[in-house]
Amino acid sequence: MTTASDPASAEALHDVTLTVNGVFQQLRVPARRLLSDALRHDLRLTGTHVGCEHGVCGACTVLIEGRPTRSCLVFAVSADGASITTVEGCLEPDGTLGDVQQAFQDCHALQCGFCTPGFITTITAYLEDHPNPTEDEAREAIGGNLCRCTGYQNIVAAVVRAAEIRRERTAT
Amino acid sequence: MTTKMFGQRVPRVEDPRLLSGQGRYLDDLGHDALEVAFVRSPHAHARIVDVDVSAALDVEGLVAIYTYDDLDGRTTEPLPLLIPHPALTHGRTPYALAKDEVNHVGEAIAMVVASDRYVAEDVVGLIQVEYELLPAVVGIERSRDGGDLVHADVPGNVAATMVQEVGDAATMIAAAGHRATLSLSIERSASMPMEGKGVLARWDPDDESLLMHTSTQTSTSVRQAVAAKLSLPVDRVEVVTPDVGGGFGVKIVHPWPEEILVPWAALRLGQPVKWVEDRREHFVSSAHERGQLHEVEFGYDDDGHLRGLSVRFWHDNGAYTPYGLIVPIITSTQLLGPYKPGAYRVEFQSLYTNTVIVTPYRGAGRPQGCFVMERVMDAIAADLGLDRTVVRERNFIQPEEMPFDHGLIFQDGRPLIYDSGDFPASLAKLKALVGWDDFESYRSAARAEGRQVGIGVACYVEGTGVGPYEGGHLRIETDGSVVVSTGLTTQGQGHQTMLAQIVADELGVSMDRIRVTTGDTRRFKYAVGTFASRTAVMSGSAVALTARKVRAKALRIAANALEASVDDLEIVDGHVQVKGSPGSQIDLGAVAVLSNPLRYAFDAGATRATQFAAPADPSVPPVPENDQPGLEGTDYYSPLRSTFANGMHAVVVETDPETAEIKILRYCVVHDCGTVINPMIVEGQVHGGVAQGVGGALYERMEYDAAGQLLNASYMDFLMPYASEVPHIEIDHLETPSPLNPLGVKGAGEAGVIPGSAAIAAAIEDAEGFAIAAMPISPSELFELRRRHAGR
Ligand code: FES
Ligand code: FES
Repeated sequence: MTTASDPASAEALHDVTLTVNGVFQQLRVPARRLLSDALRHDLRLTGTHVGCEHGVCGACTVLIEGRPTRSCLVFAVSADGASITTVEGCLEPDGTLGDVQQAFQDCHALQCGFCTPGFITTITAYLEDHPNPTEDEAREAIGGNLCRCTGYQNIVAAVVRAAEIRRERTAT
Repeated sequence: MTTKMFGQRVPRVEDPRLLSGQGRYLDDLGHDALEVAFVRSPHAHARIVDVDVSAALDVEGLVAIYTYDDLDGRTTEPLPLLIPHPALTHGRTPYALAKDEVNHVGEAIAMVVASDRYVAEDVVGLIQVEYELLPAVVGIERSRDGGDLVHADVPGNVAATMVQEVGDAATMIAAAGHRATLSLSIERSASMPMEGKGVLARWDPDDESLLMHTSTQTSTSVRQAVAAKLSLPVDRVEVVTPDVGGGFGVKIVHPWPEEILVPWAALRLGQPVKWVEDRREHFVSSAHERGQLHEVEFGYDDDGHLRGLSVRFWHDNGAYTPYGLIVPIITSTQLLGPYKPGAYRVEFQSLYTNTVIVTPYRGAGRPQGCFVMERVMDAIAADLGLDRTVVRERNFIQPEEMPFDHGLIFQDGRPLIYDSGDFPASLAKLKALVGWDDFESYRSAARAEGRQVGIGVACYVEGTGVGPYEGGHLRIETDGSVVVSTGLTTQGQGHQTMLAQIVADELGVSMDRIRVTTGDTRRFKYAVGTFASRTAVMSGSAVALTARKVRAKALRIAANALEASVDDLEIVDGHVQVKGSPGSQIDLGAVAVLSNPLRYAFDAGATRATQFAAPADPSVPPVPENDQPGLEGTDYYSPLRSTFANGMHAVVVETDPETAEIKILRYCVVHDCGTVINPMIVEGQVHGGVAQGVGGALYERMEYDAAGQLLNASYMDFLMPYASEVPHIEIDHLETPSPLNPLGVKGAGEAGVIPGSAAIAAAIEDAEGFAIAAMPISPSELFELRRRHAGR
C-alpha cells in the first residue's frame, strides 16, 4: 500500500563501549535499543536468547560485572562501560566446553537449548559464591529461569555436576 | 569392535553447539533483513470499518504497510483447512490478514515492514483501525447456548458433531448393577515453547527462487503451502527449519498467516524480510488447547467391572478450525486408556468461540480423556469401597488379549488397535515404586504430625508413530563419513543423536562419522512432520531401512573388490572385512569411491575409480543395469497403523489444612515406549512432559474475560512452572516391543504430560475426601471446595 523512501533511522544515536567476553566493542545505538538486541543483532552474539522480553524467563541472562542480569531489561546505553559475559564467553580459553556447559551435556540438562544460555550464565555466577551446592540449593539457584523442555531435574543435577567439574579443573 | 549404540545413554551430538551459543534459531539469522510487526485486533469480535494509515506514513524507516486489500492471487483466499473430516460440516479458517471481520483478540489486520522491529512497532502504533463491535462469545457454555454467533453462517456455533459407538452403551449402562454420572472439565493451556514462531524469507530474483526459514514442526508441508499460496512452482521454494526452541504442538499448525505474508512481502519488495513473534503475540495469536467439558454416564457391576460408558463432551475450538477435529477425536478414542469399557458411546461437539484457535498441545486431547476415564475408575472404587488399583486391574486389557481392537477409528483414520503392552506388569511396577501398599501407614504417620496427604494413580495409552510415512536418505561419502537426512523436523528431542545411533549400528560406523540433517527441504522433500510422538517410530524405522539398503550395496561392491562372497563380509568401525580376517579389508570411503566410476581423477583416492585403473569386464557397462553410481540410498517407512505406548503415574500430595496449598511430595512414573533407543533422552522427554502436566494441573490456565480479552497474556501472569514447582520425578521403564516396526520402538514425546491432571486430582481427592471434577485447581479453588463440602 505504502512505501516510504529511505529506510534510514532518524533517531538520535549514542556511542556505547562495552567489553564483551574480554573483547572491547564500540557501538552506536538509539537510546531505546535493548542490551539483548545490541548483543544479538549489533554484535551478532546470538547465544543470548530472548524468550519474553519482560524480565520473567531469564533466557537473556548475561553477566554484567559478573552479576547475572536480564539483558532484555537493560538499555544498551545504560550498560556503557560495562564488562559483560555471555554464554559464548563461558567456554574454556581453549574453546572447549566450560564447566557448566560440560555438566549440561553430561546430565542431559538441555533439550531445545533455547533457555540454556540463561541457565549457563546464571549457574556460572552462582558457583563463584557456592562452590559445593546441595541438590536443594541447586534447585533454588535456578529458580528464576524458565525452561519448557526439561522439567528442570537434569538442570539441578547439572548444577551439582558443574561444581564437581569446577573443583576437578581447578585442582589440576 | 564397534560398540552397540542402540539402547545406550549416548551423549547428544547436538549439545556442544547449543551449549556454546552456536545454535542458530530463527532470530539468529537474517540480521540485515527488513522486519515485520502486525496491527492485531484488540477486540474479540468486530467488523473492520476502516484502516487509516495516514498518520504512519512519515515514519523514517517505514518500508510498507499491507492490509487485506493489498493481497493478491491465492493469498486472498482463506488459509487452508489442513485436516478435513466428514463430521466437520462447518469448518472455518481465517484469512492471512483479516477481511472485514476479526474473531479473536490478536488476529492480524495489517502488516508493517520497516527497517527494524522497533520502527515497525512505532508504525503499528500510528495506524488507526475503526471497528464496529460485535458480541463476543467466550467459554463453552456461552458458545453452546448459541445466542450469539462467532460466524454468522454457523448455526449454534457448532463446527462439528461426531459420534462413535461400540456395542449398545445405553442398554449396557441401564442393565448394570450400579450407575453413576460425572461432570468433568479441563481448562485451556498452551504449548508455550520458550521460542515463539518466526519466519525469514529471501527471494533471489536471479535464480527466481525463494529460500524460507521458519520455526516449524513441518518444513515439507510449509513448502507446499507457500508455493501454492504464492503461485510459485514448488521447485522454486525451499523451506529450512533452523534450530527450534521448542514446539510442543503449536508449530505443527501451518501455514500460519505470517508464513504466507513474510515470503509474499519478500517477493514483492525484493529484499529479505523477517518476522519474529514476541511473547504477547504468541499468547494471543498462536494456538491454545485443552478446554473441554465432559458429561459422563457409566454402569458397572459389583466387582467394579465397567459394563458401559457414555461420554458427551464439548470442545472449545476457538475462532477457527485449521487443524480439523484432531484434538477431540483423540480425546474420544484415547480416553479408553488401558481399559475395556464394555459398551462405549462417545459424542462430541466442537464449538466456536471468539478466542485463539485450539490445536494440539503435547498430549493433544489425551490429558482430558485420561482425566475422564481415571475419574470414572476412582468413582467406581469409591462407591464399592475397593482399592483404586484393584478396580483398574479388573478393567485392564490383558497382555494375552493383544493386539486389542477397540472397534473405533483413531485420529489417523485407521482402526484403533493396540499392538502390545502389559498393563498389569506396569501397574505392579508402579505400585512397588511408589509404595502403594504401605501408603496407609505413611498417611497415619503424617496425620499424627497434623499433616494431610493423599495418593493418586492414573494410567494412559498413547497412540504414537502416526503415519502416513517418513523417509530417510543416506550417503557414504568418499572420506567414509555418512550423511543422513530425514524430512521431519526437530525441536529439541535429540533426533540427530537418536538417528545417528540407529545408523551407527546398522552400518557399523562410529557416531562421530555420521551427520544427520532434519527439516531441510533442500535435503529431503517428502515428509509429514514432527507430532504425535512419531519420530523414533517413523524416521527411526525409515533411516534403519535406508541404512540396510546402503549397507547391502556397500557389501556387494566390497565383495567384488575383496574377491569374497557377500555372506562372508562384515562392517566393523567403518571397514568392510572378511569375517574373522581383518587383514582383508576395505574402508567404506574406498567402497564409495568404487561405487562411482570416474573419468577424471582429482586425488589419489579417486584414481582407483577411473577408467584405466583396473581391467573391467567389457561386456557390462561401468554402471550396471538396475544400479546407480554412488553409495547412497533412500527408503520409506509407512506403517499399517499407529503403535500404542502406555504408562502409569502415581503422585503423593500434601494439602495444607489451613491455606489449601498443594504440594507434590512424590511423582512416580512407569513408562513403556517399547524398545528404548536412548534412555537418557526418553527420561528427558518424560521429565519435560511431567512438568507440563504439573503446570496444567496446578497453575496454567488462559484467563479470558467475558469480552474475550486474555488477561494473563504474559509470563508474568500465566504461571508456567519454575524449578520450585516441579517435583523430583522417579522413573521405571518397561519395554514391550512393538511388533509393527523394524526397531520395536514406540513414541515417547508426549507421554509424560498425559496423566498429570488425572493423577494429581486423584491424590488431592484422596487427601481431602471429596471429589475433584475440574482441573487445574488452585489453592483458592481447593479452599472454596472445602468450604462447600463442610457446609453440606
Ligand atoms: S527475555 Fe529477558 S527475561 Fe525473558
Ligand atoms: S531446553 Fe528447551 S526451554 Fe529449556
